[in-house]
Amino acid sequence: MQNIQRRTLLKTGLAGAISGLLMPNHSKAATFDGYTESMGVLVDLSRCVGCRSCEAACNKEQGLPAPDKPFDDMSVMKELHHGQKRRPDESHYTVVNQYDVKGIDHPLFRKIQCNHCNEPACLTSCFVNAYTKTPEGAVIYNPDVCVGCRTCMVACPFNIPAFKYSSAFSPRIMKCIFCYDTRLKAGKPPACVEACPNEVMIFGKRADLIKLGWERIKTNPGKYVNHLYGEKEAGGTAWMYLSGVPFEEYGFNTHLPKEPILNYVKDFLAAVPMVLTIWPALFTGFHLLATRKDKAKEEKNGGE
Amino acid sequence: MQNNIKSNMNLPIASHLKEDGTPWTIKEKIFLGLKPSEYISHMLKNPVNWGLFLIFAIGLPLIAQRYLMGLGSVTYASDDYPWGLFLGFGLFGMVPLSASGFMLGTSVEVFGAKDFKPIERLALLNGLLGYLFAVIYLMVDLGMPWRIYYPMIISFGPAAVLFLVAWHVSTYLSVQIAEVSPAFFEWIGWQPGKKFIKSIILGLTIAGIILSTLHQGALGALFNYAPGKVHPLWYSGFLWFIFFCSSIPAGLSMVIAVSAICIKFMKWRCDKNFLDNIDDLTLGIAKGCALGLITYLALKMISVAHDNEWAYLLTGWGQYFLFEILVTIIIPLVLYTVAIRNRNAGLARFTAFLTVIGIVFNRLNTSYIAFNWQIFQEIPHWKEVIITITIFAIYFVTYRFILYRLPILYTWKNN
Repeated sequence: MQNIQRRTLLKTGLAGAISGLLMPNHSKAATFDGYTESMGVLVDLSRCVGCRSCEAACNKEQGLPAPDKPFDDMSVMKELHHGQKRRPDESHYTVVNQYDVKGIDHPLFRKIQCNHCNEPACLTSCFVNAYTKTPEGAVIYNPDVCVGCRTCMVACPFNIPAFKYSSAFSPRIMKCIFCYDTRLKAGKPPACVEACPNEVMIFGKRADLIKLGWERIKTNPGKYVNHLYGEKEAGGTAWMYLSGVPFEEYGFNTHLPKEPILNYVKDFLAAVPMVLTIWPALFTGFHLLATRKDKAKEEKNGGE
Repeated sequence: MQNNIKSNMNLPIASHLKEDGTPWTIKEKIFLGLKPSEYISHMLKNPVNWGLFLIFAIGLPLIAQRYLMGLGSVTYASDDYPWGLFLGFGLFGMVPLSASGFMLGTSVEVFGAKDFKPIERLALLNGLLGYLFAVIYLMVDLGMPWRIYYPMIISFGPAAVLFLVAWHVSTYLSVQIAEVSPAFFEWIGWQPGKKFIKSIILGLTIAGIILSTLHQGALGALFNYAPGKVHPLWYSGFLWFIFFCSSIPAGLSMVIAVSAICIKFMKWRCDKNFLDNIDDLTLGIAKGCALGLITYLALKMISVAHDNEWAYLLTGWGQYFLFEILVTIIIPLVLYTVAIRNRNAGLARFTAFLTVIGIVFNRLNTSYIAFNWQIFQEIPHWKEVIITITIFAIYFVTYRFILYRLPILYTWKNN
């Protein structure tokens, strides 16, 4: 854990505040295009056969606890909890579910994991800055500063972060980190992508994957629906999907906004400085107005 | 207590000296001027205390279980419902009920409405305890409560709504401790403290308005992070403003409700000034409640119109929404109006309880019931319910302990 001393903290905080006031660097945020070189994964759902190799690879790579049922048990993919299919939880960073779609004679499969948003809601809603979007494209999490408020779980439009509820003394958020520490940092694809026997997933620069995705849609007329899921959803995600059937059939939320979740709280955040600056003068003014008759009376009485 | 007061000229304690001129010791003040044995026999006679003992006997071990075995052992450990009853009731419900402090503080100290003075301290105390227990509920819900100070000194996420809530609630808690402290200074007999607070009271009150406006709103803004998860009828782009406006009738109704309990069950502790004025004060505050409620109603309607959500009103969710509006806003509004016109303080008191329940109902609907409306509705674990009730019981005991002693419902004599 980082050792932060109060003195250093105060020093850097003060220096930061002064430089923030003096240096005209506010245009940086306005022109920031996101990490243009960031990596992503293109998932072609039509190729997935539901072998769960990716789940097994993830479990091993991330050192997650052994599953209740082995990874070659395909019955779990149909399990329902509260009428819902499986989702990532404290012992699974990724899950594959089965979907039976009317009019299609074979089952369809979908892999669920963190989509690594360009402007992640988990990151922007976190009050201790526990999340980081790395230039490589991963959204990683720092358990050393997390307080366990679980706002990230409320904010995530894809319902990805899970909480280690089972632990009393060292709970934390559990979520896919794009194998950042062990692979992505070195330019390698995540474990799940490498483990896939059917080339469902392609690892590459996000910008290239968008082109590739649309190329596949165009060159295979009728094979895919005309939508690259993740290109624009919630401001864009590193993981993007191609599908042969409407995305709702796979349980994707197709009503997500195109803009980042952060935009929905900007109205409130914009009101904060106004309240902070206007209220003191306004209410002092009210006080003076409301009590001026009493004041005048007092002065009159005092003068007599 | 009533019998003791009849038989003992000294009781209840309302000054530093006994009738014979000898001073009360702090210990005697704590035991309300009774011998410890008398005090305990009193405590055991009260049936309310037996109810509380029962709640504590079941609830305290469950709280211990939560800390020793984790949140997963007392809740359903839901990843889809990260916030359950502890926050849905404890934080989102208790905070609006605590808006009383800044409302009455503003009326008396900023607008100079001195006639509300007899109830100002009750409103301030209600605010302080409401916030304190909201934080205690939070300490139960946080995964790592021992890190609660992290957003203050360890790691900052200043662009997050919760960062603002954390800073404002903690600052406002200090402001409220300062605002209530004169009652404590009178009780222990330390004049300089009281004088100091008096000299900065206007600043404290205005700080209270700023902090309250922002964090009451911020609690609503937290749900703006979940635009697709909260049902459109409860969700709004200006949810922060709806939360702020509805906290006004909520806080004011809470003071009326608490004062109603005080004059019924704690009459011995109220002085003549309080008892003589309470009907007028109740009706005065009821006017504020009615104004707050009609603003809240208008905002609710505008939020439906703004996002063009009329079609939703015809669904099952829509009927539930209309039921909420009718029972928690329109009926209280009508009842308050009738009470004010007929100067019926009793009706205003009844309406206050309805409004308090109504606002809590709204917060639970927003944070829990209409949350994940497209997925599934969760019913809280029974242990979660018991822990929520237990903390509320601790809140009740603390509240009563303070009201019995500090000059909140009465004026300290010969000061």
